[in-house]
Amino acid sequence: MSTVPADRWRGVVERTWRPAALLAACLAIWHLVTATGMVEAYLVPSPAKTFGLLADKWSYLWGHTWVTTYETILGFVIAGLLGVLVAVAMVYSRTIESTAYPILLFAQVIPKIAIAPLFVVWLGFGFEPKVVVAVLMAFFPVVISTVTGLKSVDTEMLELAATMGGGPVKTFVKIRFPAALPHLFAGLKVAVTLAVTGAVVGEFVGSNEGLGYVILQANGNMDTPMLFAGLIVISVVGVVLFLLLDLAEKLMLPWHASRRGAAVTTLLAKG
Amino acid sequence: MSVTLGTATSAVEISDVSVRFQSKRAEVTAVERVSLDVAPGEFVSIVGPSGCGKSTLLKLVSGLLKPSSGSVTLLGEPVRGPRHDIGFVFQRAALLEWRSARRNILLQAEMRGMNAAEAGRRADELIEMTGLSGFENALPHELSGGMQQRVALCRALLHQPRVLLMDEPFGALDALTREQMNVELHRVWRETGTTVLLVTHSIAESVYLANRVIVLTRRPAVVHEVIDVDLPAERDYSATMARPEFASATARIRDLLGAVTGQD
Repeated sequence: MSTVPADRWRGVVERTWRPAALLAACLAIWHLVTATGMVEAYLVPSPAKTFGLLADKWSYLWGHTWVTTYETILGFVIAGLLGVLVAVAMVYSRTIESTAYPILLFAQVIPKIAIAPLFVVWLGFGFEPKVVVAVLMAFFPVVISTVTGLKSVDTEMLELAATMGGGPVKTFVKIRFPAALPHLFAGLKVAVTLAVTGAVVGEFVGSNEGLGYVILQANGNMDTPMLFAGLIVISVVGVVLFLLLDLAEKLMLPWHASRRGAAVTTLLAKG
Repeated sequence: MSVTLGTATSAVEISDVSVRFQSKRAEVTAVERVSLDVAPGEFVSIVGPSGCGKSTLLKLVSGLLKPSSGSVTLLGEPVRGPRHDIGFVFQRAALLEWRSARRNILLQAEMRGMNAAEAGRRADELIEMTGLSGFENALPHELSGGMQQRVALCRALLHQPRVLLMDEPFGALDALTREQMNVELHRVWRETGTTVLLVTHSIAESVYLANRVIVLTRRPAVVHEVIDVDLPAERDYSATMARPEFASATARIRDLLGAVTGQD
């Protein structure tokens, strides 16, 4: 890289000032709405009060954040592995595809919040039912995107592979799977945000820790500042996990990222 | 090979081959009773109206497609499934986007489990021969269409196949690049002695490159006529274009194709 640090920073500023300005505007509106008394403080706490509480109760929130993050990541990883496996099976076997698709769709359209209590009954109040709900939420987009990716490979490329005689395993490892990665990553990015929702839904239904529990408690106590603080932390968890995946994609698929143009991390990190 | 049968003198032997497939309503005959012999080291062009089944012939030879009747023999062995002793070049370069030019060429070696050092040397030779030097590490999207097709050609030649099948390889290129590629392919063919079967839409290309041009009819494709190209082996592009033999061959093919497509 020939760019000097000063240039690099100017580039970062150029790319980030718009979203930063929008965020600042939202905070300003929030502040005005609460400061002028347009909305009662017990309904919407002021940003100052919310962020003040975030700072004060940081250690309390941090513990619960870690619980939710742990459930989310575990659910996401299981959904990712399972989703890719099922997608591969579906792409290579028409029988498996036609058998599994209706069940998958059925599992997807069932409202997770409606079956979450069942998992509590079956698995108790620990982290397991939360992970299961997160898996259920995150699984579907991974399967769909991986199937699409694996099927999007050029037929000509596959014919070429047949004339090269590498066999199905080499064809999968060297051609089909790498070609599916951009689709897979798109699915994983949707999945990770859904996994956060899944974990929180699981906590709503029955738990004594995690950010879902924090929000439920705050709601019960009419503690709106804590409710807002919980919401902010959940969003931050989702955004950070999303950005990590975006970064992983950029590192693993530079050939694709360079053609796709501005993604969030390229926006922030390109120098 | 020690066993030499009567047919082993041909590199490719297509005898009485028909291809039929079931479309939504009716049975469609793509190729009807086509017979064709290609001698080792020969360059044969196949021309015909769009969608007549020219590409189907190449798929039959490579074993990617099975004939409904008749038989195909490649290098003395009947074709029963995908064959590995050929090189294939498609109209689209079909390169792996995440691999550099050189690594795309080496895919052939990896899939075949060839000796890596030897394959690397061979790849470098081909890169040199096709004028790709300096672009070894470029990704496909950084290369022009002509360059991408050169990579595809190198990949098809890496394992030194005795038969090279080309399905409209230069169809997507601009006229000037196409001429350059014609000249290069001619040189590569002369240097390697590979048997080439080329499907093309360009009459000039078919004559400039080939020893023989096979003219097919509309679907179902039958061999309409075989034109022997009476040109010297050493073919300078402009000089060849100016020769009366070139003019008469292209005029004849144009006539045939006009007659073939002009019906009803």
